Amino acid sequence: MKLELIGITKRFGSLVANDSIDLVVEPGQVHSLLGENGAGKSTLMNVLYGLYDPTEGEILVNDEPVTFKGPGDAMAAGIGMVHQHFMLVPVFTVAENVALGNEATKAGGMLNLQTTRTRIRQISDQYGFDVDPDAVVEDLPVGVQQRVEIIKALVRDAEVLILDEPTAVLTPKETDELLGIMAQLKADGKSIVFISHKLREVKAVSDVITVVRRGKVVGTADPSAPTTELASLMVGRSVSLTLDKKPATPGEVTFRVRDLTVQAANGQRVVDGLSFDVAQGEILAVAGVQGNGQTELTEAIMGLQDHVTGSITLDGNELVGRKVKDIIRAGVGFVPEDRSVEGLVGTFSVAENLILNRYDDAPFAKGLSMSPSAIDKNADEKIAEYDVRTQSASAAAGTLSGGNQQKVVMAREFSRPLKLFIASQPTRGVDVGSIEFLHRRIVAERDGGTPVIIVSTELDEVLELADRIAVLYRGRLMGIVPGTVSRDVLGLMMAGMPADEALAQAHDVQGGNL
Amino acid sequence: MSTATTARDERHDATGSATVRSWKNPIILSVVAVLASLVFALGAPRNDVTFRLSEENDPIVLPSIVVSAPVIGWIAALAMIALAVYAILRTRSGQKVPTWVLAVFAVLFLVAFLTWVVGSARTPNVALYGLLAGSVTLAVPLIFGSLSGVLCERSGVVNIAIEGQLLFGAFAAAVAASLSGSAIVGLLAAAVAGVLVSLVLAVFSIRYVVNQVIVGVVLNVLVSGLTGFLFSAVLSEDSERWNSPPRLPVIEIPLLADIPVIGPILFQQTVVGYLMYIAVAVVYVALYHSRWGLRTRAVGEHPKAADTLGVNVNRMRFMNVLLAGVVAGVGGSFFTLVAVSGFGRDMTAGQGYIALAALIFGRWNPIGAFFAALLFGFATNLSNVLSLLGTPVPDQFLRMLPYVVTVFAVAGLVGRSRAPGASGIPYIKG
Repeated sequence: MKLELIGITKRFGSLVANDSIDLVVEPGQVHSLLGENGAGKSTLMNVLYGLYDPTEGEILVNDEPVTFKGPGDAMAAGIGMVHQHFMLVPVFTVAENVALGNEATKAGGMLNLQTTRTRIRQISDQYGFDVDPDAVVEDLPVGVQQRVEIIKALVRDAEVLILDEPTAVLTPKETDELLGIMAQLKADGKSIVFISHKLREVKAVSDVITVVRRGKVVGTADPSAPTTELASLMVGRSVSLTLDKKPATPGEVTFRVRDLTVQAANGQRVVDGLSFDVAQGEILAVAGVQGNGQTELTEAIMGLQDHVTGSITLDGNELVGRKVKDIIRAGVGFVPEDRSVEGLVGTFSVAENLILNRYDDAPFAKGLSMSPSAIDKNADEKIAEYDVRTQSASAAAGTLSGGNQQKVVMAREFSRPLKLFIASQPTRGVDVGSIEFLHRRIVAERDGGTPVIIVSTELDEVLELADRIAVLYRGRLMGIVPGTVSRDVLGLMMAGMPADEALAQAHDVQGGNL
Repeated sequence: MSTATTARDERHDATGSATVRSWKNPIILSVVAVLASLVFALGAPRNDVTFRLSEENDPIVLPSIVVSAPVIGWIAALAMIALAVYAILRTRSGQKVPTWVLAVFAVLFLVAFLTWVVGSARTPNVALYGLLAGSVTLAVPLIFGSLSGVLCERSGVVNIAIEGQLLFGAFAAAVAASLSGSAIVGLLAAAVAGVLVSLVLAVFSIRYVVNQVIVGVVLNVLVSGLTGFLFSAVLSEDSERWNSPPRLPVIEIPLLADIPVIGPILFQQTVVGYLMYIAVAVVYVALYHSRWGLRTRAVGEHPKAADTLGVNVNRMRFMNVLLAGVVAGVGGSFFTLVAVSGFGRDMTAGQGYIALAALIFGRWNPIGAFFAALLFGFATNLSNVLSLLGTPVPDQFLRMLPYVVTVFAVAGLVGRSRAPGASGIPYIKG
């Protein structure tokens, strides 16, 4: 099936998310859509899938113009989509999820799940998915859930599959498997639209690469094009993909974690017996696939988690069991994972957000009153120093772009002397230009002698920043390895292999190749 | 590809070993068992207790069950202690306490409690068949109400307005049946009245995205005020014309109605009673085995997923809320066409809220809600019967019992009670 988008424009109020985009997907082709977060890739695909009406432009299927009033129409036309956030009902079985909206029925509208099960087994066998139709979706690993999404599309005879950032939630091994599945689907004559901002993956599977920036197509590239060229096309200027940083000069170990365990409300150990140290002047990166206890670890350090056992000491003082405010006072700076919900108060001004951690200290507060002049002065300084692009210091923080919001959070956390700095996903959803800046700022903090913990699910970021890397898997520490370790080793550890085994195996493989 | 299986196995292992043992169940069982032995065994009345199974002039007469209160008390108490010990041992060895243990424990407790409380009465003699049949009768509006809740909440709309639906149904049934002289017309009018209340709920909570709980509470107050006003302004003025509905006749199914104990419960009901059994079965089967049910549950759990598969989320919710109105309205007719003949101000007396509790206790499942409502009906009936027999326990305490149980149930002590994922959250596209 040939799919063509001609001059698609989508506006949300004054914001132009897609600006007359043209795209042609030939049958049996993997067409990658490369672009940064917020470039308009997902919007374009939601238009294609009938979730949004395009403001202008048309969609052609096999040279015939079509209009999609909803996802139902798009599916009927042979378009299937695997959303970035899976569209699966967690308490349903695989069969129920696959049947939904496309139910095989017996007399009186009664479900005939047996037919659906048979279809699932067929597809599962054909592509080697190994999916049990009667498993409850919420019990399945993420990689398998993704295959259920693909089955959902295939059951509806999709000829074009849209995969929206499919690798964001996968381990490196699962990613490789997915790329294999994509190759198989392509061999079967299906077309695939692969949306990603990860250059390596795009280069590995694509036949054609279309690069999108700020809602516009800025060019097409050949998969054999060098990475730096793709990156500069994506960002709009040449970027240095590597950060210049001096080797760490670790000082005294001031931050210690011993036997830290965090239990979730249901009694499950989401952080399970962690012990590690961080020295002054070094960056420890915590790597792992999303949802393996990283969030809980940082929140436990900040005193934001209940049911914490074990010990966390900073300069010899115990932090477990103390109030968040005491922990902040002890000199811990924290950049939370979700800046728009936890890092900022969106309706407060930029100036107010910049003093959230010091609002009751001099010079911002005097007795019962605040000191607006000191707050404004601080805001002007920080906005200049961090190059925050905002209309004014009194603009609501929620109106800023992701990168600028993150700069506000960082500026606030770095605005006082720290004894420990923790950042969760410091550059998620941030444009590449700001990433460089934020990374340099973090390294500067390290060089100033602060112990730094970075939690990131992006391997590129981990490898770039880390002096040492701790890998978490299901709440347990798989080991701590030097920052110079190979991707393969990290990949194995992220899939649950202890550090020594992973190092040995990676070594063997390399030995075999040589 | 075996990776998926191994990954899944690992995950199960990980959760298995990582899950911390829950001592909640064994502790609760032990405490209850000790209390039960103190009260039901040591404090047992020294006399026999008679449970009558049939009337003397019934076609089939069963002998009464006569038991000795201390004997039953001791047997039950010892069995409960044994179960508690078993639960402790299971938990210590890292295993879960099986559900049957909890079920048997509950039954033992109920038997011991009943023996003790009847034995302590001035006349230790009770008609078991009457106790059970009365419970079902009292539970009828609760069951309809909680089914209405199931239909709404499973599709993602919180229905606090059950009380209003019941009350308006009762009112409409009384007026329509009085004017037309036909109880069946009253029944239909009740269904329409329920739908009217639902319509307001659906329009405001789905179309205009008003907070569902607030709309529900406002509706209850509105219906109470409206029917109260009409009652004093119109119905009381000429109650002969407006408020003397004929009652629905009891339809006995030949032979089956003569079966002792269960005959009167199952086969000696009014149309409303039979409709109740049908409704529970139909809603249950449809919810879990039909296309409509699958879509309803999907819309209530993850509306966006349903939307991306071409299911119209808000239309689905709208239809379900209206359907819930039919069910609750019919339930309301019980008050004026079955229980008493005539409408009274605020006569539903909070039953809609109790139906809501039954819905939660029954874990949003039609069968669960049915049994929860029966339990509430049983407790209410028991307290009625016991106050006639003259017990040492004030009947207000007995009436409290089911709600105490509900509070514990909702707090998650008896397994996990999980609401539909998107219940109460309006769906806005985009």
